[in-house]
Amino acid sequence: MKRTLLLAALCLGLTGPAFAAGGAELPGYQVVVDLTNRASLQRGAKYFMNYCLGCHSVKYSRYSRVGEDLGLDMEMVKDNLIFTGQRVSERMEIAMAPDEAERWFGASPPDLSMIARQKGATYIYQYLMTFYADEDRPWGVNNWRFPYTTMPHVLWREQGLQQAEWKEVENGNGEKKPVIAGLTLESPGLKTPEEYQQLVVDITSFLVYVSEPARLTRESVGTWVLFFLLVLGGFAYFLKREYWQDIH
Amino acid sequence: MKAYFGGLIGWIDARFPLMRLWNEHFAHYYAPKNFNFWYFFGSLALLVLIIQIVTGIFLTMHYKPDAELAFASLEYIRRDVPLGWLIQYMHSTGASFFFIVVYLHMFRGIMYGSFKAPRELIWLLGMFLYMALMAEAFMGYLLPWGNMSYWGAQVIVNLFSTIPWVGPDIAIWLRGDFAVSDATLTRFFALHVSAIPLAILALVMLHIMALHEVGSNNPDGVEIKKHKDADGKPLDGVPFHPYYTVKDIWGSIAFLFLFALVVFFAPEMGGYFLEPDNFTPANPLLTPEHIVPVWYFTPFYSILRAIPDPQFGALAMLLSILVLFFLPWIDRNPVRSVRYRSQLYKLNLLLFVVTFAVLGYLGFNAPTALYSELALRFGEWYFLFFIALWFFSRPRRNIERLVSLAVVLGLISLYDVVRMEPGHEMLVFLGWLMPAAFVTVMFLGSGIEKLGRDLPVPDRVTE
Amino acid sequence: MSDDTVDVGRRRFLTGSTALVGGTGAVVAMWPFVASMSPSARARTAGAPIEVDIGQMDWGQKIDLIWRKQPIWIIRRTPEMVAMLESEPSYLRDPNSAQSQQPEFARNSHRSLNPEFLVLVGVCTHLGCNPTYRPDAAPEDLGSDWPGGFFCACHGSRFDLSGRVYDHVPANANLRVPPYRFVSDTRILIGEMPEDAPA
Repeated sequence: MKRTLLLAALCLGLTGPAFAAGGAELPGYQVVVDLTNRASLQRGAKYFMNYCLGCHSVKYSRYSRVGEDLGLDMEMVKDNLIFTGQRVSERMEIAMAPDEAERWFGASPPDLSMIARQKGATYIYQYLMTFYADEDRPWGVNNWRFPYTTMPHVLWREQGLQQAEWKEVENGNGEKKPVIAGLTLESPGLKTPEEYQQLVVDITSFLVYVSEPARLTRESVGTWVLFFLLVLGGFAYFLKREYWQDIH
Repeated sequence: MKAYFGGLIGWIDARFPLMRLWNEHFAHYYAPKNFNFWYFFGSLALLVLIIQIVTGIFLTMHYKPDAELAFASLEYIRRDVPLGWLIQYMHSTGASFFFIVVYLHMFRGIMYGSFKAPRELIWLLGMFLYMALMAEAFMGYLLPWGNMSYWGAQVIVNLFSTIPWVGPDIAIWLRGDFAVSDATLTRFFALHVSAIPLAILALVMLHIMALHEVGSNNPDGVEIKKHKDADGKPLDGVPFHPYYTVKDIWGSIAFLFLFALVVFFAPEMGGYFLEPDNFTPANPLLTPEHIVPVWYFTPFYSILRAIPDPQFGALAMLLSILVLFFLPWIDRNPVRSVRYRSQLYKLNLLLFVVTFAVLGYLGFNAPTALYSELALRFGEWYFLFFIALWFFSRPRRNIERLVSLAVVLGLISLYDVVRMEPGHEMLVFLGWLMPAAFVTVMFLGSGIEKLGRDLPVPDRVTE
Repeated sequence: MSDDTVDVGRRRFLTGSTALVGGTGAVVAMWPFVASMSPSARARTAGAPIEVDIGQMDWGQKIDLIWRKQPIWIIRRTPEMVAMLESEPSYLRDPNSAQSQQPEFARNSHRSLNPEFLVLVGVCTHLGCNPTYRPDAAPEDLGSDWPGGFFCACHGSRFDLSGRVYDHVPANANLRVPPYRFVSDTRILIGEMPEDAPA
């Protein structure tokens, strides 16, 4: 009887509880993160240091650890990743003071060390993919995934500028409300849409990696542990059967 | 080699009852030979306790119980401490597995009537253990100082402020501040790493001592001590060692396999074991979109939310836990095991499992009008389980059936009339059908011979 | 229970092999806990090599640093001091630094890469106090034959200006020399051996 309960719990565990995070998920934008793709992680790290680390710290991670995990030697880390004048063994912090940042952006840019564990890879991917032009916003852009975001579109040179297409949808009370139907690329950027998408995938992958560096080793260690327990379980099973022959 | 050991053991035995303890609790402790799958969970609970204590000690070496440092020290453990992530995941996964094991262990006790005479004290000690475990888990959950930790503690501590007159002062006293703060974190840490673990260890010892005094129950619910051989050994018993030691070793390894599966491949368990909002530091200015306790508390949390009035809600939740203490005096039917109980009893037990699971599910989700109504109705089913248990304690006459039906259904209907709001009539009426159907089937159905009669209990165990 | 069907050999084998495999697993399972107690990435970062500018040091001056939570001294010795060290006085216990208290390059009378600069771990080899730097010759408290050196006030151990220990004092080994190298003429990197030195 309780077995059904366990089964039900397992099924729930697979789907996971719905944790919405400001705005709704966009089914049209899906991302697959592959942590075994080292080249993608390396590119993601480099993009991140270039575009994001000016405002967003990753203060629980060290440059040296990122270098080790992504297969870069320390000279490469020093030359390609560190733009803040820090030492390789230091944490990835930023110089911007939080109160100043709050004055500039209206909100202090959050630390991104665990953003992927908090909001998920899909959120990051959709957020970076769906900036669109909006004259009414302070930076001239709005975001489909996270409406009224206070962040400027840092990657606009790469992506270009998207325009939103609107449609009217009736809500529960019979009122018609404009919602976004889709985004079209109005003025192209330096990268083609495919290249830009790959860039966002790279950054997303890097953030997934940096949210839990142990993940790179945890599953391979786990495989050995499970294998060992199978062997030990075999012995223990036959031992138990041997003794229980006495009974009955 | 053997002589040496013999000499050493002899030397110790002259000074300490080593062999006597070993014999009393292992080699000459006779357990029924028909233990099944459900009897693994007692020893597994002990295994998880050991895992929690060992990993806990090593986490304490790196953790900082300080509101400024706690969150960062958790990430420090996961990133900077060599293999710290493994120890931390073992501890967080262990917490959830502890409750899985304990819930299955408790269900076993209910299903086979292990709480009935002469084992009431084992059950009571076990319930105290369960309470201690809940306190331990709740306080431990604050320590990562994530946003969900913070708000979970805030909400649960605020439950105490629903106590009439002194409540708000008690809540402030518990926190040591006007909101959950550094003072709260530090005292929760002290209790989590010393006071409550000590209480748990003491209670475990008492629980096992009481068990070994009266002996274990079994899936048939028959007393094995009634039939002994010429040497005074129970005919249906086997010495715990080697038979149950080898069996429990096998069970423990199977358990560790599942445990490792979660630790290494899904430590977050889809957000149930480690919640997403706990990966951002505690922020007193920003409540997570919906606060949910960890899964093992959600059934009781559902009952809390099912009643809109906060005082009655808290009272109902308290009652839903307290009622378990009184189980030995609620269910007084002499037949212990579900195997020989009536069809209606089996249905009642099945519905209880479903109820517990559904309440757990509802507790995880935002309380919409439909979900609130469902939570209330399943909350009623939760308590009706115990009323039905009491009702099945002995054969009932028709007049008892009718009076019980009238009283219970009357009370439930009265509450529905009182709380009725315009526009919700349909929902309330449809909901009302749930307890109505339950009491009708249980109370009136017991008049039908085939459904309500218990079966004859065999004299000896059947396997 | 019937004992006549019991295969004792098989039973013993299964018990032994389960115990062996399980015991091995238990020992390996201790590894994470043992490992977690060794220095973390943070501690290792704090213990990373440190670079010091010695270009501004005066003759006879001593500067104190902390490396791996231990005091490190750098002293700029005068040519007279260095000359005095070469005489190999009889009151030293280990004048040629036979015991390995220093990298190979410091196994000489001045115990350094460059005789002008002495780099030492400022921890007494007796019980871990910090000796004081006493370059002054023949002070009242240390006696008229004191040529200048280090004196440990805890238990009275004495060392010369190379950190070599005196005979008949509680400490029985020379002060330790940390690994270091010159990055340039005026900069020392504490914690790393010279590039040409054997590790």
